[in-house]
Amino acid sequence: MSAQHGDRAAAAKTPGPLSQLAGKGGGAPLLRVEGLSRKYGGRIGCSDVSFDLHAGEVLAVVGESGSGKSTLLQLLATRLALDAGSLHYQITGRGLVDLSALSEADRRWLMRTDWGYVEQNPRDGLRMNVSAGANVGERLMAVGARHYGEIRSTAKDWLQRVEMDPARLDELPTGFSGGMQQRLQIARNLVTRPRLVFMDEPTAGLDVSVQARLLDLLRELVTDLGLAAVIVTHDLAVARLLAHRILVMREGRVVETGLTDQVLDDPQHPYTQLLVSSVLQV
Amino acid sequence: MNALPGYNFAYLDEQTKRMIRRALLKAVAIPGYQVPFGSREMPLPYGWGTGGIQVTASILGQEDVLKVIDQGSDDTTNAVNIRRFFNRTAGMATTDRTEEASIIQTRHRIPEKPLNENQILVFQVPLPEPMTRLEPREAVTRKLHALADYGLMHVKLYEDIARYGHIATTYDYPVLVNGRYLMAPSPIPKFDNPKLHMSPALQLFGAGREKRVYAIPPWTRVESLDFEDHPFSIQRWQQPCALCDAEDSFLDEVVLDGGGRMFVCSDSDYCQTRQAAGHTGSENTPTEVSA
Amino acid sequence: MYVAVKGGESAILNSYELLAAERRGDPDVPELTLAQIRQQMRLAVDRVMGEGSLYDEDLAALALKQAAGDQVEAIFLLRAYRTTLPRFGYSVPIDTARMALRRRISATFKDLPGGQVLGPTYDYTQRLLDFSLADTADAPTPPRVDEPLPATSPRVTDLLGEEGMIEAERPAAGDPAPTDLSREPLRFPANRATRLQNLARGDEGYLLALGYSTQRGYANSHPFAGEIRMGEVPLEIIPEELGFAITIGQITLTECQMINQFAGSSDVPPQFTRGYGLAFGESERKSMGMALVDRALRAQELGEEITSPAQQAEFVLSHTDNVEASGFVQHLKLPHYVDFQSELELLRKMRASSAKVGAGDTAIPGVQPSAEREEA
Repeated sequence: MSAQHGDRAAAAKTPGPLSQLAGKGGGAPLLRVEGLSRKYGGRIGCSDVSFDLHAGEVLAVVGESGSGKSTLLQLLATRLALDAGSLHYQITGRGLVDLSALSEADRRWLMRTDWGYVEQNPRDGLRMNVSAGANVGERLMAVGARHYGEIRSTAKDWLQRVEMDPARLDELPTGFSGGMQQRLQIARNLVTRPRLVFMDEPTAGLDVSVQARLLDLLRELVTDLGLAAVIVTHDLAVARLLAHRILVMREGRVVETGLTDQVLDDPQHPYTQLLVSSVLQV
Repeated sequence: MNALPGYNFAYLDEQTKRMIRRALLKAVAIPGYQVPFGSREMPLPYGWGTGGIQVTASILGQEDVLKVIDQGSDDTTNAVNIRRFFNRTAGMATTDRTEEASIIQTRHRIPEKPLNENQILVFQVPLPEPMTRLEPREAVTRKLHALADYGLMHVKLYEDIARYGHIATTYDYPVLVNGRYLMAPSPIPKFDNPKLHMSPALQLFGAGREKRVYAIPPWTRVESLDFEDHPFSIQRWQQPCALCDAEDSFLDEVVLDGGGRMFVCSDSDYCQTRQAAGHTGSENTPTEVSA
Repeated sequence: MYVAVKGGESAILNSYELLAAERRGDPDVPELTLAQIRQQMRLAVDRVMGEGSLYDEDLAALALKQAAGDQVEAIFLLRAYRTTLPRFGYSVPIDTARMALRRRISATFKDLPGGQVLGPTYDYTQRLLDFSLADTADAPTPPRVDEPLPATSPRVTDLLGEEGMIEAERPAAGDPAPTDLSREPLRFPANRATRLQNLARGDEGYLLALGYSTQRGYANSHPFAGEIRMGEVPLEIIPEELGFAITIGQITLTECQMINQFAGSSDVPPQFTRGYGLAFGESERKSMGMALVDRALRAQELGEEITSPAQQAEFVLSHTDNVEASGFVQHLKLPHYVDFQSELELLRKMRASSAKVGAGDTAIPGVQPSAEREEA
């Protein structure tokens, strides 16, 4: 019953080419997602998800826990195998490439240069036993940087960009607060100037005041660097602040999608209405 | 001396030797790549040179002349024991002199005298995987090698410099072979790393317990990992060998009975050759050290 | 002239002689015969055969005598000998349903076809030191039963299988020949046949400890001892020139089938799963530990979360072999002075640079720490 409603809502909310929405030049998307599905045994993780993401565009995926949003993120980042559907990515100089046809070597290269992945828990995304500088420098070294001084000064710059004290360059992340760890993880991901970043609840584990500052920082970075991003969040305020566009998921399916302000101000699907009424009025 | 009755020449049966030689050929064809092989259970304990012994046994012929060293010396008990093993099972000639040997089996050193293209150096390897301390899972390290994904190793070196001001690895210092495979040179001191580079001799590595062989073919590029602004460097001593006055050799520190110290060549053949040629050091008087 | 450690060869030869004398002990005490070891230390012989991967009671007894009772050393001796033996062929898979039972117990059924057979077991001996054994005594006479045991007894798992209550045990697709770990290196991921082979050669104490850990919550697999059976099994080969199986002898085996809970998945209904253990001779502790570890190692295949050491195949299988472990631990006795020298020099250099920051510290003997030559 809700499927029909959802289709209508989705149709109503995807009026024109996304390039217009994001204010970017037209043409091919950065990431094209078609019919993405994944089951866990008999249970649906994620079913028939399709969208285009353009360069510089930020998409928020929202829904309750168990809605399939994290599965979707893992599928997009090629951390999970697809049961059905396809993923195409615009590789510089090669055009839109089917990611399943990419060799593992190319895929890993992509992941450590052109992509980023910010884990919800920074401990999962950092090497806790090496210094902040080594954490930021790792990607540079993985792609061939061999000048210690330059790696170090680049790492220092990035600590400053994420508003960390550069004097803490040689300290282990274990001594940092949760907010600092998350900043470090962001710097570690952005150091190779990726074009696409996946973020899994990047502010969920933090205090409210810390969250607000981190969100401001993220918004600045995304704008300054022209990043495209897919952000999974259960927090509609995060989506409101960061995302151009929003995708509402329930039970593994997309129930509504559209411009963030439109969806949040005038939700069409009853489930979205419920989400908005219960959360956003705070 | 005669070979041991009841056993094949050099202990291993010919099928096993062929199997190991096939693995070695593959290793030579892919410099620095670790080739899994059906390591046999040897009558010497794992970790005591079973890999090197199997490699030596599989390439040894009647006419070969074998030298065995441990810590650079022909006289340490483990070197003596392995030499005795080949004496008993193969009965071929052995030597202490580097230049006379056609095969040199070694643990932890490369001889000081330059090797030539008619010689093979066989290393005993305890842990063949250079990334094992950073990533113990073999399924993972195999993939990192396949993709030449060695950023992890440089993270370690970066961290050393950040913490100590220099790279704090002194032995088993990782190298990149022929610009492709990261390789553990076995626990030789980093002092010996430059000798791996463009060596005229074939260098074979055997890890018995871990069941891997690998190789550096003659005249192959071998680079020690470093940073452009923190280049690889080797140990050097302020004073020469106290016995032969050598200034270019790796020195062992010996604590003397009186509590004093003396620095002498770890390569016993090199030291003795120099002494025989008339070089004398500051402490060249007989000293008793009970073993 | 000074030489680091000279005279190694005569020292080694002398150590052989000392060892031989120590092994023999007081010459006034009669020397052990292999028959005595084989007959009266039979459980020690069984363990050496199992982990030595060679079923030969006489050689195992010899190894134990030569090793002065050190089991791991005896296992090493037997392995080193085994590796030199030519291979004439592989046997037909043994059928433990045809085992001539000397012991057979099930913890899951009170009674079952073929019955429970306690057999020779220490289980109910109350562990009181029997001081009468301090002196030689007359040989005891074993009790006899009136009727013989049936020639074949169905395994408990077969009974459950008829009902579909336990997973079927099927060969892998294409029925590939199993890896021979004594000829080929262990590779990961390892299939179950390879894992079982590795465990069968593995150290009893290690498997016991790992199996124990699964009972204490580290990878709980809710085991029941479905059946443990011990006895003699005929060993058959098919000679090429004959084309049919002939019996070449019999060997004693202990088999343990653990039965474990399994909730089922989308494809499979809830059912029991198996953990399997098999060991040469009377080796109940070993085969039970093995069965627990085998089941824990199936976590991935059964879609269970891997959280504990006993479930991590690379960790478990890389460290089962006590000959490898013993060798590598004890190789630390070998000289490491070149590496140590390098570390010593590094440490001095670090201390010198930290001393330079403070006041001048003590002079470093011998080494000029900062003098490094840069290699081109």
